[in-house]
Parts: sequence; structure tokens; C-alpha cells
Amino acid sequence: MIEFSLDGRSGVSPYLQIVQQVRHALRLGMLEQGDQLPTVKDVVGQLAINPNTVLKAYRELERDGLVAPRPGVGTFVTRTLTDTSLSSHGPLRSELQRWLGKARGAGLDDESIEALWRSAFRAAAQQDIA
Amino acid sequence: MTAVLEARGLGKRYRRRWALTDCTLDLPAGRVVGLVGPNGAGKSTLLNLAVGLLRPTTGDIRVLGSAPAAGPAQLAKVGFVAQDTPTYAGLTVEEHLRFGAHLNPGWDDDLARRRIDRLRLDPAQRAGKLSGGQRAQLALTLGIAKRPELLILDEPVSSLDPLARREFLQDLMEAVAVQELSVVLSSHVVSDVERACDYLVVLVDSTIQVAGDIETLLATHFRLTGPRRDAPLPSNQHVISARHTDRQSTFLVRTDAPIHDPAWTVTELTLEDLVLAYMGRGSTGEQAPAPLLEVQR
Repeated sequence: MIEFSLDGRSGVSPYLQIVQQVRHALRLGMLEQGDQLPTVKDVVGQLAINPNTVLKAYRELERDGLVAPRPGVGTFVTRTLTDTSLSSHGPLRSELQRWLGKARGAGLDDESIEALWRSAFRAAAQQDIA
Repeated sequence: MTAVLEARGLGKRYRRRWALTDCTLDLPAGRVVGLVGPNGAGKSTLLNLAVGLLRPTTGDIRVLGSAPAAGPAQLAKVGFVAQDTPTYAGLTVEEHLRFGAHLNPGWDDDLARRRIDRLRLDPAQRAGKLSGGQRAQLALTLGIAKRPELLILDEPVSSLDPLARREFLQDLMEAVAVQELSVVLSSHVVSDVERACDYLVVLVDSTIQVAGDIETLLATHFRLTGPRRDAPLPSNQHVISARHTDRQSTFLVRTDAPIHDPAWTVTELTLEDLVLAYMGRGSTGEQAPAPLLEVQR
């Protein structure tokens, strides 16, 4: 069983922090297939957060096929996150590096690149929602 | 979704002063609603109207579909923990439980005793001798064991130290998770409600400034910073606050549409930013002291 903790200053919403901590635990092998996640009651009793926050995090993990609820028992890990995702990191990273080179070539400094990245990221996120 | 609290044009006047004006509100069921505003904004007045301790001067309020305190059935459905979590100083913890059992048809004695046991409260102790945190926990125990559909708490944690505050909110959230309980809780400290609540109502100068699902509020409010702009913003961007220097403008806007204007640097808001922006907007006609919101972590 793992325990969650929340960083109030990170700017990352509590529900997302829980999702990230589960994914992290799966990647590190701290959680394996068949393991149970803390119950909603346990999490809210420990972190003093809204139960819907935990439910939302667990639903998202469920949508990603990482966990599944067993009614009346709890939520269980159905898949581990071994480093399959890392293999796709390589090509993406080199593409990003090429892009960064282009951005610098166009005269953008670090802060402009970051601002551009953030606004593009936001636009993409908004398109996903729409 | 049914509303746990519906207010239409609700107002309350004490002698010459209006404590609440034209309040129209629909609070959905199954949520933890944070009622936030500076001291004296009208939070207690609204909550006291909801439990029937006050009668409205204007308008109408319905709680769980009925008039507040309409009868025994209605009283059993609504739990109320008043400001400073009052208990009877001369009665023991045990006597409080028996009192609760006697007055509430749906009383869950098992739950009450398990909680008292876990909190390590001595049943023979008089409430007057308990610490602030213990008294708050006793009041919460009575509120939860009554098994209400709606639990209303007026500034339940403001007088507690950080540890007692956390324990109180942990227990409250646990009760929300286990029982199907809707909660309305007021606070002048934003960070208290930030994690516990999923619905926000901001009340300033006896007027509701904004109400809504917290996630939706955060997803629809942005800070725009850019070169000074005197022309009005597009009509779908509702301005909450605007500040200008000779070169720069900073707007806080509410909008459902994406912001495409490349002149703006767009940043998301924290709940605190959002609440403070609405608090700054409260009408300042009277000589009321400037709204003061405690911001602490």
C-alpha cells in the first residue's frame, strides 16, 4: 500500500498530484499488478481533501487502464508502468532538441521559448477540451 | 441534480443595516461548498437563514426542498454547527451524546461512541474543560451522528490551531466519503476551503460575488498581462478586475472561450487569486472596513 502526500505550493492540482504519484509508484515498481490503492476514505482521512478529488484521480487512472475498481472492496492495480514509455522518449526528445535549435536560431531566448511552449501547450489542452 | 439549498432574492435586514441582499443561489447536492468572505460579509446570516434561526426580510430560501426548520422531518435532515462550535460547558461528553440521542430520531449512537473513543475524549469530562480542538470535534461528532443529509458549519476551524484544524477537516472529509453527506462550510481563510471544498461561493459586503464548481471557476478565469489597453475587451471576456500603469494593463477575466489575442500573456489563477479578485470588487459604498482576508498556509 502506498501513501499520498500533497505539495500545496507546486501549483499542480491535488487530483493530478495523486495521479502522478500512482504513476510514479507504478514506474518505480512500488505498486504492482493486483496491489490495492488506498481507499477513498483513507486518503481523505489522511490528507483532509475532498473525496471527489480522490475519485476523480482514480477515475482517470481507470480510464488509462492502470487500475480497476472492485465494487465493495476497493481499487486495484491492473497494469504496471514499466519503462515502455521511455523507449518513445528518445525520438521525441531528439525532435524537441532539433526544434529548440530552430527556435534559438530564430533568435528566441529561454524565456520566450518557455512562454511559447506554455501558450502552445495551453492551446492544445483547450482544443482537447473543446 | 437536486439542490440542497435554493435562494431566490433572499435578503436580511437588521434594523437599518442589510446583512444580506438579493441573494440568488443554487447549491448542488453531494458537494462540499465553501462559503468564503471577509468577517462581517454576511456568511453567518446566510447560514442562519438556511437553518431557520433567522427569517428572511425579502425573498425565499428552501433547503432540501422545504422551508428551513419547517418541522421535525426537516430538522432531522439538516445538521448545524454554529460559529465557535458551541457546546454546553456544564454538561459532560456523555451527557452531550445522550442529549443528541434524545433529540435526534436518526441518531447513530454507534458512530458517535466510536468517534468519541477514537478521539480519546473522556465521557465523564465536562465540555467546558475541553480544549478548543476537542470541543470542535465534539460538536462535529454531534453533527455527524445525527446523520443529516446536509451539514452546515459556520467557521468551524477558524479558532483552531493548525493541527486541530487538520484533524477536524480530516474527520469531516471522512464523514463526507462514508455517509452521503452534503456540506456547506464558511470560512474567511481561503486555504481552509481550497482542498476540502469542490464548490465555492464568495460573499462580500452582503452580496454574492461568484458561485460555482471550483474546477470550472479555475478553468474559466485568467490573468491577461500586456501593453496598456484602454479599448474594451471582447464581449465574451468578462472583466473582474483591471489595473493599468502608463505602459501596461493587467486584466482578470472570466471567459469560456480561448484567448487568442497574441498581445496578452495569459496565466492561470490560483483559487486565492480568484477569491481576492472578487473580494476586491465588493461595493465600497458604506464606510465598511476594507475587506480583510486571511491568507495562510
